[in-house]
Amino acid sequence: MDILSLFIVVPIILVVALVFAKGLKQARTVAMIGSIIQLGMSINLVFAYFKERAINEDIMVFTKDLLWFKQFNIHYSIGVDGISVALLLLTSIVVLAGVFISWKMPDLPKEFFISLIILSIGVYGFFISIDLFTMFVFFEIAVIPMYLLIGIWGTGPREHSAMKLTLMLMGASAVLLVAILGIYYNSDADGGALTFNILEIAKVNIPFEAQKIFFPLAFIGFAVIGALFPFHTWSPDGHASAPTAVSMLHAGVLMKLGGYGVFRVAMYLLPEGAMHWSWFFIILAVIGVVYGALSAIKQTDLKYINAYSSVSHLSLVMFALLMLNKTSWNGAILQSLSHGFMTALFFALIGMIYGRTHTRDITKLGGLLKVIPFISVVYVIAGLASLGLPGFSGFVAEMNIFVGAFQHEDMFTRVATVFSVSVIVITAVYILRVVGIMLMGPIKNEAYLKLERVTWYEKTGILLLLIPIVGIGVAPLWLSNMILESLEPFIQGLL
Amino acid sequence: MDFSTFLLMRHEILLLAVVLLLIVAEVFIAQSKKSSIVHLAIFLFGIHTIIGFLTIDFGSLFGGMFHTNALINFFKNVLNVGVLILLLQSGDWLQEKIVKEHRGTEFFILLFSSLLGMYFMISAGDFLMFYLGLELSTLPVAALAAFETSKRISSESGIKLILSAGLASGVSLFGISMLYATTGSIYFVDITEAITASNLTILGFIFFFAGLAFKISLVPFHFWTADVYEGAPISVASYLSVISKGAAVFILMILLFTVMKPLMHIWENILYVIAVATMFIGNLFALRQQNMKRFLAFSSIAQAGFILLGLMIGNQLGTTTVVYFVLIYIFSNLAAFGVVQAISLKTGKENMKDYEGLYRTNPNLSLVMMLALFSLAGIPPVAGFFGKFFLFMAAASEGYYWLVFIAVVNVTISLYYYLLVVRAMFLRKSDNAIPHFKSKLYMRIGLLVTVIGILILGLYSPLYDYIFELSKNLY
Repeated sequence: MDILSLFIVVPIILVVALVFAKGLKQARTVAMIGSIIQLGMSINLVFAYFKERAINEDIMVFTKDLLWFKQFNIHYSIGVDGISVALLLLTSIVVLAGVFISWKMPDLPKEFFISLIILSIGVYGFFISIDLFTMFVFFEIAVIPMYLLIGIWGTGPREHSAMKLTLMLMGASAVLLVAILGIYYNSDADGGALTFNILEIAKVNIPFEAQKIFFPLAFIGFAVIGALFPFHTWSPDGHASAPTAVSMLHAGVLMKLGGYGVFRVAMYLLPEGAMHWSWFFIILAVIGVVYGALSAIKQTDLKYINAYSSVSHLSLVMFALLMLNKTSWNGAILQSLSHGFMTALFFALIGMIYGRTHTRDITKLGGLLKVIPFISVVYVIAGLASLGLPGFSGFVAEMNIFVGAFQHEDMFTRVATVFSVSVIVITAVYILRVVGIMLMGPIKNEAYLKLERVTWYEKTGILLLLIPIVGIGVAPLWLSNMILESLEPFIQGLL
Repeated sequence: MDFSTFLLMRHEILLLAVVLLLIVAEVFIAQSKKSSIVHLAIFLFGIHTIIGFLTIDFGSLFGGMFHTNALINFFKNVLNVGVLILLLQSGDWLQEKIVKEHRGTEFFILLFSSLLGMYFMISAGDFLMFYLGLELSTLPVAALAAFETSKRISSESGIKLILSAGLASGVSLFGISMLYATTGSIYFVDITEAITASNLTILGFIFFFAGLAFKISLVPFHFWTADVYEGAPISVASYLSVISKGAAVFILMILLFTVMKPLMHIWENILYVIAVATMFIGNLFALRQQNMKRFLAFSSIAQAGFILLGLMIGNQLGTTTVVYFVLIYIFSNLAAFGVVQAISLKTGKENMKDYEGLYRTNPNLSLVMMLALFSLAGIPPVAGFFGKFFLFMAAASEGYYWLVFIAVVNVTISLYYYLLVVRAMFLRKSDNAIPHFKSKLYMRIGLLVTVIGILILGLYSPLYDYIFELSKNLY
């Protein structure tokens, strides 16, 4: 069994093991062990990748190719480069943290962990696939468990949020399907055979007329899950109604599928289409960045603040991808990783605060720093990372993005960039506002004096997420080089 | 006369033998053990299905009226498998409700006669055999629809079916007569050479098409579907939605791709418009349904719209994707109908509201229903996804991207109403949820077979390759 297919096989075995688990304790232990194994696998993959890179110059390494449907030239094709490896690491860390955060899941715990792991199968499969059909299959597998996860274990208007999220995301993948078929049936433009393989299609000159039509479809198909304005409306309600671990996994990992898909499929395979349409999507991305941040200022519900913050940060990823140069693409990937850890950490902390105080309304909270110091201090750190303080991962990512964006000298991009840079200030406003009201100041409710201290499983989950944030902020070079190396072929394709 | 040529009709002769055996057996079965007729029928039909898969010669009989080839044989086997699953699922209902009224044998005789008609319809080599098959497949089903004579709604559905079907057959016959007028023959091979796109031919085609479209429940010939499915016993509704529709799709495909090929520029556009209308009407009406049988009826109408996407393109890819989709659709739809039947048999409840909280009391049944609905909706990795994806690929291969876009929009709409059932079963809790019950053996086997089919058929790619090879035989 090759090293990559294990990422699919091990979670499947984990699901089967969970089916036989009885009760909360067994379910969470099995899930924890399985997730630790997967974390080990992805750390091992990082080291194996570096070793392989030293000797292998291919675009994708650890490749495996199995013919699946002969008539359509569909293969089970997998492979990774530096970017996939980094995202796989992100996924395994967030999944493990999510398992710890769900340590006390009261209702149907076995089914909860099973759905969560099935979700992660979809994500892992998506990151390792290099065949469009296989990618699409895993993409849809990653979306559909959300309906159950939010609908059964969520809070608030969970049925409505779950239905809205599922329909919008499946609608986006429906549009994506049309784009994939369009790319497939144009993949013989140079006289070769029709193929779904990304690496082979990239060598083909797909006619510009086709690219003009299918690029927006592919872009929108992926960007909806990446919270592009105006298709982001599923996100605030979806995240707010979801249980904590689901929000962590969804905002932290699932939404990165959008950026990754745009990069790997829409821009790699349809570069002329990307250049033709970039102005339009830049406008949408900038609106998303600023509007998301401004909306976050207005919110009083912690989860909604974080949801809009995610819309803003992920629109920044889209903005960076649309800049079509190496530095900003490096920044986009770094921002995906950084935001993944940060937002997972935020949702975990919010879940812990809500579990203790039973409210997410910041006007009712206050002075938590004195009562639950560990959680509050980590919240402050996460907040500082989110607004881009140097020393944390957010700064590294944003710096790359804006330097890359400034490399464009035309007026339109300059104006767009200036608007986007302003988000640094707006982010600082809503982050520090929440920190000030909720964590500092007087304690508003007597009952809060007796809040439960942080437990071991919560601490583990938090530290799992905090360490990468600080690590990437302080020592980003290994990661940045890994990504830059892998970006080379994509930039070549654009030129 | 060389009787060995009759072996070409092995499917038909075997089925006839099964029917005759059942008639005779009923006489010899003791009053106290009446339900053994059900066991006997399922056993005999199972043997018939298995023998169907054994190798058989191909050729023509009766001067070209009846012909078989590898593809037609595969169609018949697919229909057999569908009916076998249907019988397994209905076994318990028959034992509990029908055999008591001494009508067990009649159910099987009517069902198998209808299936026999479908065999003749698919194997037709001229319009006379086609029409005989069409009538033989429809009339017994009308009697079956009215089978629960104690319920008024069942008789109503029987009358609706017989009157609409009679009208549809008559119109179809009128079209056939026009085709005869323009081409001078009723034999398919002769018509294929003589046909031209004259006005009378086109008119004849439209009239003829209307009859088949009735059986496939295409818009605007779909009005009978919801009422008949709602009133008829659930096994008959499943039969109509899956077997009857599948057989009609097969013969339509054969006729369009061989006989009507010169008219392709006409029927391409007709199918395009009907596909769009059927998908939208089926999906939009399904949104509001509360009765599970009507719900599945409109869902079937929408699925028929999807099938047209493959029929439209008129080449080998179209044939393969349509046959593949119908096979997968049989498993998905029978799974859904099976769950509805299990619940209806135990509690008599057929409304979506009664399904609330089902997961807490009957988890396995809910999971089967969820798998069936996901397969119908086209969610990976279950088989329905592959069926739908390949149909879309077929349409896209001829450049019909707008149609694919409309189809995927409809897939999203359909996901909404399929999720409504999932919502009721999984998300909602209820104080009077259906209490836990265990179905008897036949139903369990019936559901198990469909679940295995749903899980495996899509991922198992050699099946698609096999159908692709077979579809060369169409020409």
